[in-house]
Amino acid sequence: MPRLLTGNRLETGDVLWWAGSDWSLHLRDAVAVDDEGEALIARQLPQERINDLVLIDVDATPDGWRPRSTRERVRAVGPSVRPDFALPSLPVDAI
Amino acid sequence: MYRYDEYDQAIVDARVAEFRDQVERRLKNEISEEAFKPLRLMNGLYLQLHAYMLRVAIPYGTVDSRQMRMLAHIARRYDRGYGHFTTRQNIQYNWMKLEEMPDLLADLASVEMHAFQTSGNCIRNISSDQFAAAAADEIADPRPYAELLRQWSTLHPEFSFLPRKFKIAVTGSTIDRAAIKLHDIGLELVQNDAGEIGLKVLVGGGMGRTPMLGHVIRKYLPVADYLSYMEAILRVYNRHGRRDNIYKARIKILVNDLGAAEFARQVEEEWALVKPLGLDPPPSELARIAAHFAPPVLDANAPVEIDQSNPDFANWVTVNTHPHKAPGYAIVTISLKAPGEIPGDASADQMDIIADLAQRYAGDEIRVTHAQNLVLPHVRRADLFDLWQVLVSAGLATANLDRASDIISCPGLDYCTLANARSIPIAQKLAVKLAPQEADLGELKIKVSGCINGCGHHHAGHIGILGVDRKGEENYQLLLGGSGAEDATLAKILGPGFDENGIVAAVEKVIDRYKTLRADPAERFLDTYRRVGAEPFKEAVYG
Repeated sequence: MPRLLTGNRLETGDVLWWAGSDWSLHLRDAVAVDDEGEALIARQLPQERINDLVLIDVDATPDGWRPRSTRERVRAVGPSVRPDFALPSLPVDAI
Repeated sequence: MYRYDEYDQAIVDARVAEFRDQVERRLKNEISEEAFKPLRLMNGLYLQLHAYMLRVAIPYGTVDSRQMRMLAHIARRYDRGYGHFTTRQNIQYNWMKLEEMPDLLADLASVEMHAFQTSGNCIRNISSDQFAAAAADEIADPRPYAELLRQWSTLHPEFSFLPRKFKIAVTGSTIDRAAIKLHDIGLELVQNDAGEIGLKVLVGGGMGRTPMLGHVIRKYLPVADYLSYMEAILRVYNRHGRRDNIYKARIKILVNDLGAAEFARQVEEEWALVKPLGLDPPPSELARIAAHFAPPVLDANAPVEIDQSNPDFANWVTVNTHPHKAPGYAIVTISLKAPGEIPGDASADQMDIIADLAQRYAGDEIRVTHAQNLVLPHVRRADLFDLWQVLVSAGLATANLDRASDIISCPGLDYCTLANARSIPIAQKLAVKLAPQEADLGELKIKVSGCINGCGHHHAGHIGILGVDRKGEENYQLLLGGSGAEDATLAKILGPGFDENGIVAAVEKVIDRYKTLRADPAERFLDTYRRVGAEPFKEAVYG
């Protein structure tokens, strides 16, 4: 199962996704880290710029990554009750 | 309204400066996140799912128009144009930026507000009756006593690291609008045979994972002694409360384990040591504080009868106003529960409008209720129509107080990192479905929590809903029969849980069955449930 690395930016709290060489606000930019995930976290932690680093399980779909848990789908899109704030990572109704 | 003295303001200003320095050092990586996290939490700043969330303390739920305008300014300047009034009579902002926190807190301090002790294992914001000093059923105004508790508990060095968070509620009426039986300490102002005001003391109530009702450990405590008695309770808890297991750390577990009588004995024993230390303020200090809460000058000749020929206005007056102790006045509840909207949310523009209304019509006071509505406590009945018209134009005139669409909901999984399931969408769907028949249903309190911590007070709901995680999917348990009022009871789970659509349908089935079971149209759902028990509802829902 593919895994993505995600966390929250220190300064703003924004949800971030590891995009291969840098962080992105958008799930669609994320790259699967799979076996390298723990090593990535180990490299990021000492920098102290991204909080709550965690690896999450996702499914690869024709429309892109789909986090397996409701929690991570909500994180990727934004509050389901405020579609006006939704990020273009997933349709709100995909939550 | 209490106004800060020089000590209050100095404390808050110093705290803002301290946190400004801490934030700057964190942003420069001079301190680690591990070290910084407890510091930001002490200032009410949480990291939630999408951003930082700031919880601002509103002491006993009371603000004036100047403070409400500042809350609107914060929503506009630092957030996305809205705020969320909480079940602790506070306000939360969901889209905060760490780098902007020092300026925000300085803005708050300029109107005598802050955000500390809205997190952590300390004494949290003191809550109270939103109708204080206005209700006809009140013995005395509870706010001076709540204010003295606020001053006592603010940065109390001995009680800043308790085994777990600690919540105190104070009411001055036998009609319990502050849910005192569901607090760590609940205080009710009472009179003795000589007519002297004292406090009935309850300990060990609470919701969350292990819901319990509080026990009376003192039927009458003289006002002159109550601060030292509070100190004694907290000392016993601080000494013996469990720190080895977060789920067993609240005072309710200690009281339950010891038994209320033994806990009370230990408090009395401790009090005998504490009282001679001179912690209780002189009567003049309580009088000084009480003077700040003098009600506005009320017109004894204000007319009682008003034109209610507009049926929408008449309905709103019936549902959303409450008798004031002065006959020509009313207590107005502004519902933040328009069906389909997010319970407790208010836009910055709405906050400004409410501030204007408070200043013009309500003695410059606004109260936040634990049911996530706002109250204007002193409104001339003759002004109600003009006020209502403004509310209509602002989308704030929903007439549903204590009815089926007046649903309490925590932020749930849409915002909260602790949540297991979304609660707001459930509340929205139910409100839309039930609003058309709510006048027929009468008082019906529905409360939705997105996790076992119970910020949505599901255990106190006539109908309670608890969101849980079931193998990665949102699942909702249905509870019936709870009450947070003077007839407090804990709701019980009816049976297996449901998905999002299933829980809405299940509630509809419960209500349909209630309509066939009620003894007469005036019998509340809660009273029907108490009379007939759970079985008929279980049969209606599960077959």
